[in-house]
Amino acid sequence: MGPALLAVSTLAAPPAFSGVADAIALLVVLAEFAMLRSALARTQVRLYAFQSLCVVGLAVLLAALRHVPEAYAVAGISFLIKVVVIPAVVLRLLAGVETEVAGSERLKVASMTLIALAVAAFGLFILEAVPVTSTLPVAALGLAMAAVLVAFLLVILRADVVSQAIGFFALENGVSVASLVLASRLPLLAEVTFFFDLLVAVVFFGVLVRVHHGRTGTLSTEVLDRLRG
Amino acid sequence: MLLAILVVPLVAAVVAWWGPTRLAQGATVVAGAATFGLSLALVGRAGGRSQMALGGWLRADDLSLVFLLTTAFLYALTAVFAMGYVGRRHDPRYSRRLYAGLNLFCWAMAVTPVVNSLVEIWAALEIASVVSALLVALDDTDGAAEASWKYLIIASMGLGIALFGTVAMYAAGASALGPAYHMAIGPLLSVAHRLPPGLVRLAYLLAVLGFGTKMGLVPVHTWLPDAHSEAPTPVSALLSGALLAVSFYAILRYFQITGRAVGYAFPREVLLGFGITSLALAALYVVSQRDLKRLLAYSSIEHMGIMAIGMSFAAPLAVVGVLLQVLAHGAAKGTAFFGAGSVLAKLGTKDLRLIRGGIGVLPWTGPMLVLAVLALSAAPPFGIFRSEFLIVAGGLSVPSDGVVAVLVGLVVLAFLGLSWWATRTMASPTPAGGSTAGATVARGETSAWMVAAMAAGLVALAILGVHPPSALSHVLSRAASELGVGP
Repeated sequence: MGPALLAVSTLAAPPAFSGVADAIALLVVLAEFAMLRSALARTQVRLYAFQSLCVVGLAVLLAALRHVPEAYAVAGISFLIKVVVIPAVVLRLLAGVETEVAGSERLKVASMTLIALAVAAFGLFILEAVPVTSTLPVAALGLAMAAVLVAFLLVILRADVVSQAIGFFALENGVSVASLVLASRLPLLAEVTFFFDLLVAVVFFGVLVRVHHGRTGTLSTEVLDRLRG
Repeated sequence: MLLAILVVPLVAAVVAWWGPTRLAQGATVVAGAATFGLSLALVGRAGGRSQMALGGWLRADDLSLVFLLTTAFLYALTAVFAMGYVGRRHDPRYSRRLYAGLNLFCWAMAVTPVVNSLVEIWAALEIASVVSALLVALDDTDGAAEASWKYLIIASMGLGIALFGTVAMYAAGASALGPAYHMAIGPLLSVAHRLPPGLVRLAYLLAVLGFGTKMGLVPVHTWLPDAHSEAPTPVSALLSGALLAVSFYAILRYFQITGRAVGYAFPREVLLGFGITSLALAALYVVSQRDLKRLLAYSSIEHMGIMAIGMSFAAPLAVVGVLLQVLAHGAAKGTAFFGAGSVLAKLGTKDLRLIRGGIGVLPWTGPMLVLAVLALSAAPPFGIFRSEFLIVAGGLSVPSDGVVAVLVGLVVLAFLGLSWWATRTMASPTPAGGSTAGATVARGETSAWMVAAMAAGLVALAILGVHPPSALSHVLSRAASELGVGP
């Protein structure tokens, strides 16, 4: 084992943390599968809140088991912003708007699920090809990558503004999982900046959702086809 | 001086938000000029050593200065152009939002190259994205809403990927610097040879994909033509001339670390792939374009592709060319967008099929827009001619004859497309009684401020092309050395 591998091995997670982290990361991915096939915008928002709660749980676990006090701060801010504020703001913005997003699927649900499975498997196993990560919590990291890729699918395969916004928020949760398992002491600045971005984005998304719905009477992005070429 | 660069645009943003329009205009011009002046002073003081401030939180080496200078120059130019652009609208609410947003946007972009950490580079670009997405939506049209939606979604997801790359690089650095460290560039470079290669490669790939979204690399470029064409013209100029450049800066920092960690072949090959694809698609779209601002947007993608290809050559000359292209692209794209904004203001259209007789209608802007587009097409004696000449010469010296042949072929194609549209819309006579936009409009400029901004841009382009100042040439050479070029 070379010096670099020896050094990286110091980052290896304790088994207890590693096992629970894998389970939580799996829940994060499964929540996205549920978002992908969800027919109601409200359901997607609640699934996002659940997914964010999983991330909060992972942060608390990390803080307790690996003695990373900063992770408590991340957990607290995540809970406030991603579990409480964002879902509440989005649900409030959707009040009075027809929240039925069924039919925005670009493919049939079965096809979308199969593609998502293939993409998630790709994300999960591609990290096996990175030799040095054998000493890192590879499964959780692979699942985080899977969550990021499935979030992309959510944005691509659902042609409505709510699903696309939730897809972006879900992607951030995937990156948060990666950050917690791979770089738990990454400066808080990155997390705080992303929280700031999420807050601005949710307001911006909300305004656009209202404006878009007011102009077109729909949440579909199929009408956003003026700009081409 | 670095501290002043951090403070001045922020103060201008606050003044613009709370003050009347006149004060906002004045504060923005003063802030732009001051930031540019400070950047020039930093270039004058540069002697191969990093200039630090705030206990090492801010750091400007030669590579940083190239991008800071580009942003600051465009900031100053845009402030002048906006005097004429906003002056026509007489809408205090619009002016307040535009000026506050412009200053905040320029602040985030000016800070990006001078913060001393990969995390902070990412954070600054994230702030620049959010602010610019709001600015793209400012005109409140259907097109602007659609463009800003696509921009926010695609750029935010791109930056999410870039954050994943940052996380991976942090983990790689932790193997040598310990689990808790500030991701400062200097220490990471000094231990780069000890970093785990697999993780560094992963981080680099994610960074290129993520920041490449902001830079406009194909296939993650799709937000760019929409946002550039629908944003208010001062915002279009900054998006194209400065934001793409500072996103490229973020990629170059990863390039630098990855090159030292795993060798330069891997990062070069990745950039070559993205570069060729971007250049090819952009050249084809330039030829078939029908919208003036989208034409310029695709020209930006073309330039980003050329820069990526230039970085793939293992030649110092080519890398100097790439860095000169960053500066020249900023000046040329700003000038061309200002011209497009003036044409739009005067003729009320940006449809290339309807614009005729531009020189007749806009006696100053018309010729200058033709010159700016020729400069974009790498015509002599402007800066982009010199930079692309250096890139090609560098490629031939390695040698990379096949890639150089493809590069030259696609650049010629884009040149034909750009010069065809420039001469057709500006130099062709207005048909008497025709239905074109120039047929019924009185001759005369919209604003002297808009003309002055274009003239300044062209002067800078000529200086960069004919005889770049020696201090700047030294900065470019040292910055190329910092990037560790060579076989």
